[in-house]
Amino acid sequence: MGMKLTLKIWRQKDGADKGRMVPYELEDISPDMSFLEMLDVLNERLILDGEDPVAFDHDCREGICGMCSLVIDGTPHGPQRATTTCQLHMRHFQDGDVITIEPWRAGAFPVIKDLVVDRTALDRIIQAGGYVSAPTGSAPDAAAIPVPQADAHDAFDAATCIGCGACVAACPNASAMLFTAAKVTHLGLLPQGQPERYGRVTAMVAQMDAEGFGGCTNTGECTAVCPKGIPFETITRLNADLLTAARRS
Amino acid sequence: MSWTYPGIGHNFPDVASRSNTVTAPRPPRAAAARPGSVYRSSVGKKAVMAVTGAILVLYLVAHMVGNLKVFLGRADFDHYAHWLRTIGEPALPHRVFLTIVEVVLTVAVILHMWSAVSLARRARRARPVRYAVRPAAREHRYATHVMRYGGVVILLFVIWHLLDLTFGAVNPRGGGAEPYDKVVADFAPSHWYVTAFYVIAVIMVGLHLRHGIWSAFQTLGLGRRRRQRGLRLFAGTVAALLVIGFVSVPVMVTIGVVS
Ligand code: HEM
Ligand code: SF4
Ligand code: FES
Repeated sequence: MGMKLTLKIWRQKDGADKGRMVPYELEDISPDMSFLEMLDVLNERLILDGEDPVAFDHDCREGICGMCSLVIDGTPHGPQRATTTCQLHMRHFQDGDVITIEPWRAGAFPVIKDLVVDRTALDRIIQAGGYVSAPTGSAPDAAAIPVPQADAHDAFDAATCIGCGACVAACPNASAMLFTAAKVTHLGLLPQGQPERYGRVTAMVAQMDAEGFGGCTNTGECTAVCPKGIPFETITRLNADLLTAARRS
Repeated sequence: MSWTYPGIGHNFPDVASRSNTVTAPRPPRAAAARPGSVYRSSVGKKAVMAVTGAILVLYLVAHMVGNLKVFLGRADFDHYAHWLRTIGEPALPHRVFLTIVEVVLTVAVILHMWSAVSLARRARRARPVRYAVRPAAREHRYATHVMRYGGVVILLFVIWHLLDLTFGAVNPRGGGAEPYDKVVADFAPSHWYVTAFYVIAVIMVGLHLRHGIWSAFQTLGLGRRRRQRGLRLFAGTVAALLVIGFVSVPVMVTIGVVS
């Protein structure tokens, strides 16, 4: 016996449409399905009925690409901690549940269609400074640049950010601070990131503001929903680097 | 329009062509950095808030400790209040030190509020469409609601407090009375509602600082994973001591211990 569910899904034809919640009834959903497979079932039915399927973002479906992006019952990526929507399974829901599905809500993430939002603002934050300018060529000897163990760990933790934007979606200020801080921390802790360290943080924060994201007020909502568990500490590291940059300029 | 992804060798359609309407505006570009522009960034405004907040906290600690002199009796309290006006004499003329403190506090409060208002407005613009469902369990409205609306309550309280005990305009004994008499008249048992308002406002300050002191450390880049528990404890302790210290004076007057 499968589960019976009521879905309330945000439908919006395009950026100009006002959009509205539309209810759908689903039957016979297996608890072993992923959340996106459950939506696939709905979409197959909509297509057979000649209706417009629900648009949602997804790609790898294994929690690494950062494309999936649903706000499920008010929580980005749904009820299970440290899990992307694509890795969330229906066994975390009950037969008879009413599930509300909304897109990431932020002015900087305009809705393209239904649950798909434009997240290129995050790409532009990366373009502003989320890189190191290193001459490429043959791979250097791994032991040529020593990195303290603790820094390597913290940098790697920060580097696991998949750029999904759940932090923005969860933040009461719609701030992109955790995302930006993850990149700043990742590069700022490593020797290769040092030459551009202070220019990077200034440029990335300026771009974050220009995109219309809100300011961080240390609420911690971001880390609570982050599928990669990016630590809050990255934010205070960004703050430290920005203030150092200000003092140096 | 399409983006060319270097190294991939083909063009991906731009997001604008995925939607029916071609609405994609020109991507926003940050203005070139000018000296000082960091302090106008969202992070910089928060730093202004943290530094001014820290100044206000230090003042509150001194103020609270001074208030406790009321328990040493009328002579001690009035002498202390008088001394505040003569600090630095004869090097500094009468009341100059106190005036400097007042100017610094006024500037700090104005900058603190200017940052708070500007960040609150930015946050409002940043989420034009709200969520239909907001889970009670996850959303820590504390850090936005208690700080912002609580801040407005604190501001109203500070205005009343200045009119009451500094200028005497709304004090039962008027502006000319001695400090001790003003305090006793203000919180007399028949004025229990004044005490109640004072206590509520001071608790709001405590809630503000429970988050605020911890938050200021994060904003100034001083928080680290291993320090978080200690910083929370520190913020909570300072906030609690301030509340107890401030509340004790009017409550003791109202129940008649100080008269
Ligand atoms: C007794 C006076 C006050 C003291 C001692 C004080 C102290 C502080 C401190 C230490 C912070 C933390 C700064 C940070 O997060 O980096 C803060 C934040 C804040 N304060 Fe105050 N404050 C006072 C009055 C006010 C008033 C009158 C308002 C409002 C009009 C206000 C509004 C705020 C807001 C909105 C925050 C922001 C919290 C955030 O963005 O996380 N405060 N305050
Ligand atoms: S910090 Fe976490 S929530 Fe934010 S974009 Fe990166 S992975 Fe997603
Ligand atoms: S689809 Fe790739 S992370 Fe979810």
